[in-house]
Amino acid sequence: MLGRTLREVSAALKQGQITPIELCQKCLSLIKKTKFLNAYITVSEEVALKQAEESEKRYKKGHSLGDLDGIPIAVKDNFSTSGIETTCASNMLKGYVPPYNATVVQRLLDQGAVLMGKTNLDEFAMGSGSTDGAFGPVKNPWSYSKQYREKRKQKPHGMLAGHDPKDSTTIQDPGKPFMLSSLTDVSKLCIGIPKEYLVPELSSEVRSFWSKAANLFESEGAKVIEVSLPHTSHSIVCYHVLCTSEVASNMARFDGLEYGHRCDIDVSTEAMYAATRREGFNDVVRGRILAGNFFLLKENYANYFAKAQKVRRLIANDFVNVFNSGVDVLLTPTTLSEAVPYPEFIKEDNRTRSAQDDIFTQAVNMAGLPAVSVPVALSNQGLPVGLQFIGRAFCDQQLLTVAKWFEKQVQFPVIQLQELMDDCSSVFEIEKLASVSLQQ
Amino acid sequence: MWARAVWLGRRSWMGWRRGFTSKGDPQVKTGAGRAGGEAAQETERVPPMTPSPASSAQGSGRVTAEVIEHLERLALVDFGSQEAVARLEKAIAFADRLRAVDTDGVEPMESVLEDRCLYLRSDNVVEGNCVEELLQNAHRVVEEYFVAPPGNISLSKQDEQKPFSHTD
Repeated sequence: MLGRTLREVSAALKQGQITPIELCQKCLSLIKKTKFLNAYITVSEEVALKQAEESEKRYKKGHSLGDLDGIPIAVKDNFSTSGIETTCASNMLKGYVPPYNATVVQRLLDQGAVLMGKTNLDEFAMGSGSTDGAFGPVKNPWSYSKQYREKRKQKPHGMLAGHDPKDSTTIQDPGKPFMLSSLTDVSKLCIGIPKEYLVPELSSEVRSFWSKAANLFESEGAKVIEVSLPHTSHSIVCYHVLCTSEVASNMARFDGLEYGHRCDIDVSTEAMYAATRREGFNDVVRGRILAGNFFLLKENYANYFAKAQKVRRLIANDFVNVFNSGVDVLLTPTTLSEAVPYPEFIKEDNRTRSAQDDIFTQAVNMAGLPAVSVPVALSNQGLPVGLQFIGRAFCDQQLLTVAKWFEKQVQFPVIQLQELMDDCSSVFEIEKLASVSLQQ
Repeated sequence: MWARAVWLGRRSWMGWRRGFTSKGDPQVKTGAGRAGGEAAQETERVPPMTPSPASSAQGSGRVTAEVIEHLERLALVDFGSQEAVARLEKAIAFADRLRAVDTDGVEPMESVLEDRCLYLRSDNVVEGNCVEELLQNAHRVVEEYFVAPPGNISLSKQDEQKPFSHTD
């Protein structure tokens, strides 16, 4: 049951083949068995069982809330969950219990989803490998088919549409929920391949998957053309400046007064703030705050911050030009290569790694476009490799429809955690010992 | 125009490489993107910029002790080690790559949603009365007040516990 698709499980719940409580218990059991992956910071067992119970009552009455009713979900620990500790994988928020749900969490719960717990991440999501959180690195479940590798952070899949009345920066257009139609004919599509994404560091394996994907679209009748996004190479630097500047401002809220960690110093507010922040933040976070403050200094503002804002416009314009020329969707790699082994990954510092790894997925954030990463195939080492689709602004439905068609074509294998564990139970004993030493 | 032949069917990845790696590649010419043509190639020309003590220190790649102290005070976050200073210097060097981009006549972009207005809801009180919930998360509370140490005392060097000495 746990290896099936969400749609299959939802159907099984509706047909009574399994109850929400049974499903919840299976999930909790698997979470316990796979604890060595360090994927969860908090497992909300009691809450989950209670929610599953309520879901079961609804199904019995025939009043299920929808496709997500009774479906187990986990939420990354930088989304607020009312009554459940939310840490952002930082000492600054250890023990912090939000009094409200993030809007996206509320929406999931309103649909009857069952919250299993909060998942691990880099501290304040600053990084690209989920290696730098206060609770230790996350292990890649795919690596248990062979060797120990580090999981690359999955980029967000598509955009969550809709207006959030609690966030005035969200679009006010009525976001209607849409169903994805099954596309059968791609011959009217124009797929763009941005040539600047073909960088020397791209592994030959990923390049080959990218090429095959392009060929697939072409063989099915789509128009596949090379396009240019000339400012691609500047995107990551632009982001680096803008992001650290925003971080410098955003993280100012953590002063120990209203929530979060507070140190013992009482001499003065500034001394207290400084010590609290020193104790609460890791090097990565502090590094970004300091860099951001540097770029925002009066003497640097024009040359760094405003300059980056200008470059951002050039990047956004690149995409506008390409989409205006008739391209519907862009196809690019998601990462440079398969996930890199942990000992190798940590040789470079967080900023360097992020700068290298985010190269393909970063530009869409500058341009405000929807994008989705679809797993394509397993590499020679048995690790997953994905490709990215980028859509026009606000054309999420078209983007996801194309991605869905592609997903159907590639038939990516579902991970069978149960089988992996049955095969490798002795490996896990070794892993338990290794994970203790890694966290030191 | 670029050769469509590179794409057709079952090209080997060598075909890709040939098509892409030369600098003189023709691009898809679309619209009249501002600075689109020029900025495609990395320009050697450095746009005129106001000289600053921080950027002149960068010429040597070093951040001065003065700047460090200033940043620590502004950020209320300390460097803590020589490595952290080195990391900042690398971050600055990385950011310096922006100088190569020609942005003459380009307006800064503050948001991709710059053509829209922010949503403003009507000015009615619809929620509140959550004093207890909010006070619960604070370490030091007296009645309904958050308690802060005395203010108006600027951060002195003694409070900062610098374990390393920065040498210029």
